[in-house]
Amino acid sequence: MPGYYDQKDLARFSEIGKDAPELWEKFSQYYGAVFEEGALSEREKALIALAVAHAVQCPYCIDAYTQTSLEKGSNIEQMTEAVHVATAIKGGAALVHGLQMRNRAEQLSM
Amino acid sequence: MTQSLKKRNHPLAIVDAQRRVLSESAGIAPFDARLAEIQLAPLMATGIHTFQINVGKMCNQVCGHCHVDAGPDRKEIMTRETMEQCLAALEKTDAPVVDLTGGAPEMNPDFKWLVDRVVEMERRVIDRSNLTILVAQGYEDIPEFLAGRRVEVTASLPYYLESQTDAQRGEHVFERSIRALQRLNALGYGQSDSGLTLNLVFNPVGAYLPPKQASIEADYKRELQRRYGIVFNSLFTITNMPISRFLDFLIERGTYESYMRKLSDAFNADAANSVMCRTTLSIGWEGTLYDCDFNQMLEMPIGNGGPTHIRDFDVAMLANRQIGIGNHCYGCTAGSGSSCTGSVT
Repeated sequence: MPGYYDQKDLARFSEIGKDAPELWEKFSQYYGAVFEEGALSEREKALIALAVAHAVQCPYCIDAYTQTSLEKGSNIEQMTEAVHVATAIKGGAALVHGLQMRNRAEQLSM
Repeated sequence: MTQSLKKRNHPLAIVDAQRRVLSESAGIAPFDARLAEIQLAPLMATGIHTFQINVGKMCNQVCGHCHVDAGPDRKEIMTRETMEQCLAALEKTDAPVVDLTGGAPEMNPDFKWLVDRVVEMERRVIDRSNLTILVAQGYEDIPEFLAGRRVEVTASLPYYLESQTDAQRGEHVFERSIRALQRLNALGYGQSDSGLTLNLVFNPVGAYLPPKQASIEADYKRELQRRYGIVFNSLFTITNMPISRFLDFLIERGTYESYMRKLSDAFNADAANSVMCRTTLSIGWEGTLYDCDFNQMLEMPIGNGGPTHIRDFDVAMLANRQIGIGNHCYGCTAGSGSSCTGSVT
């Protein structure tokens, strides 16, 4: 096993359904429906997915939604801004916990 | 990149090498098998709507995705004698459209002569322009010439941002293309009710499929108007073909297999039914007949006993000919399909 992540595994994603085909089928249908054009465009959904992919740090998702975003007509400027949105929320999420730190420190301190 | 594959003696300049790579595409079904699955094999022409004449490989640009391997160092140019044979053949048909391509077709010294003859025959003429030639020294009169004859201009602009256009087509191409578009607009091209049609062509700046045509057209219209005051009629999305310089790019980046798999996974039976080769006759600079410009660059002339040169044109045989195919054809059948007039579904 050369490493935990292999780029080629993305194309093998459906193999996860081998021992739980009904659950895979339900997941696939749900997944497909989520990304269909709706109140949000396919392009907007792909950009959200790209940002989330960075937030959850999934290399497969980053590969997949970089390609999908390009194929939906987004450009590198827009995609970079989407990553910054993820970064801001992740960074902000860490920072806002600082209030918990301050609250607890205040409780513990004289 | 400033030179063609041919000039650089690149291994892929030998067409056999390209065909070998394409025939050995791992992990995808051969294209003819996919057509057989949908009862479309053998693929047959349904008529001749468009005469697509490639008047030569000479070009003032060396684009990274060019399926022609065109450039300033390519000297292959259609002669007037061959053009006369094209016109004689055209006379024998009611094909309404003559699509002039290259290279930069305007660089053929007999370009204007050919356009005038086709206009006299009252056929719709399309100039497939790279835009920058329209503002190049020695060609500045071409826009007026085209407008005066109501030639339709179909122009390449792979994106509305400078960085991406120049990454594919070369330094300063975007800025010159914008100047050319503004010139065309000033002559009435793309303006409502002028009758002068200006269409733009989007193709991906890399190894991915084009977006939905209507969606990206709306972006182009909004952004080109807002940034440069440019208007145009329609945007055509075209998929990059895995041949010639784009094939070189794919192999060099290690994305050839994944690109072919993407094209194959996106195979669309409706697009296959509507591929442009079924209604197009492609004529090479030497007068050789092909099913499309891509087969032309892969040196796959019309086969199965039909005429192979424009001087032997036979409308009955060619309108119902069997079309030559290969794995590169996945490029025209992926997603919404791809043709010289954009998506086909």
